Amino acid sequence: MYKAAILGDRDSIYGFAALGLEIVPVVEKAEAARTLRRLADEDYAVIYMTEALADTLKEEIAGYAERLMPAIIPVPGAYGNTGAGIANVRRFVEQAVGSDIIFGADSQ
Amino acid sequence: MATHVNPTRMELTRLKKKLVTATRGHKLLKDKRDELMRQFLELVRENKALREKVEAGIASANRDFVLARSGMSDEAMNTALMAPTQRVYLEVATRNVMSVEIPEYTAQHRSADQGDLYSYGFAYTSADLDDAIASMAGLLPDMLRLAQVEKSCQLMAAEIEKTRRRVNALEHVMIPDLQTNIKFITMKLDENERSTQIRLMKVKDMMLEQTHHYKERAEVAARTRMEQSG
Repeated sequence: MYKAAILGDRDSIYGFAALGLEIVPVVEKAEAARTLRRLADEDYAVIYMTEALADTLKEEIAGYAERLMPAIIPVPGAYGNTGAGIANVRRFVEQAVGSDIIFGADSQ
Repeated sequence: MATHVNPTRMELTRLKKKLVTATRGHKLLKDKRDELMRQFLELVRENKALREKVEAGIASANRDFVLARSGMSDEAMNTALMAPTQRVYLEVATRNVMSVEIPEYTAQHRSADQGDLYSYGFAYTSADLDDAIASMAGLLPDMLRLAQVEKSCQLMAAEIEKTRRRVNALEHVMIPDLQTNIKFITMKLDENERSTQIRLMKVKDMMLEQTHHYKERAEVAARTRMEQSG
C-alpha cells in the first residue's frame, strides 16, 4: 500500500488533510529538499507540491523524472496559480514532439 | 569515409548483415515511436483538461477556505483539521505501453464511507468550513487521475525522445554509413577482379608467345615476303 502526500506552505495545503492526503508543511528550501528525499524513499507513490515550492526544487524533482515512483505533481497554492503546472505539461509535449502542438493557441 | 574498411569479402558479408539488422531495427523503432506518439498525444490532451479542471477546483476550494478562516479563529480551525478522518492509500499497478512502464493508481480509503470527511464537531466551526471541505473532496478522484496521467506523460515523453534519437541515428548515420562502406567494398572487389582478369590475359599472351614464338615467326615470314618481292 502506498501513500500520498502534499508538500508546501501550510496555508496552501492544510485543506487537503480533509481529503486524506498527508500534509507535510515545509517553508525553507533545504528542509523541503530533505523532506522530499525522505518521502521519495518511503512508500509515497504520489507527492503533490505547491508550484512555488516545485519552482525552488527543480533539480531535486528532475532526479525523480525517470522513476516510476514517486510521481511529483505541482498544484497551485493558496497564493494563486503561477502557471508552472501547465508549463510543465507543455514541456513534456515539447520534449516528445519537438515543438508545442497542444498548447500553441494559448501559450502567448 | 573517415574510418578505414577492409575491402574483403568477409567484411562485405558482415556489413550486409549489419545493414539488414539496422534497417529492420529502424523500421521497428519508427513504428514504436509512432505508436508511442499517438498514445502520448491522447494522454497529454487528457492531462491538459484534467489539469485545468483540478487547478480551477483548487482555486475555488482555496477561496472557500479563506472564507471559512475569516469566520473562525486560527486555533479553532487547526483543531478542527488536526486529526483527519480520511486517509488515502494507493494501490499501484503498472501497465506496459510500448516498453514504457506507466503507473495506475487505485485509491483505497481508510474509512469505508467516503462521505465521512468531517473530523470535527459542528458546534464550534463555521458552516463555511463544511462547504470548503466538501468542495475539496470532490477534487480527489481528479487529482489522483491527474497524478497518474501526468506521470505517464512524463515517462512517455522521455521514452519518445530517446526513441526519436535512435531512429534518427539509424536513419541518418548508421544506415548511410553502412551503405557507403558496402559500396566501397563492392567497387574495390570489382576493381580487383578486373585487374586479375587483365593480369591473366597478359600472362596468357606471354605464355603463348613463349611456346609458339609468334613474333619471331611473323618476322621471319615478313623477311621472306620481302626477299620474294625484292
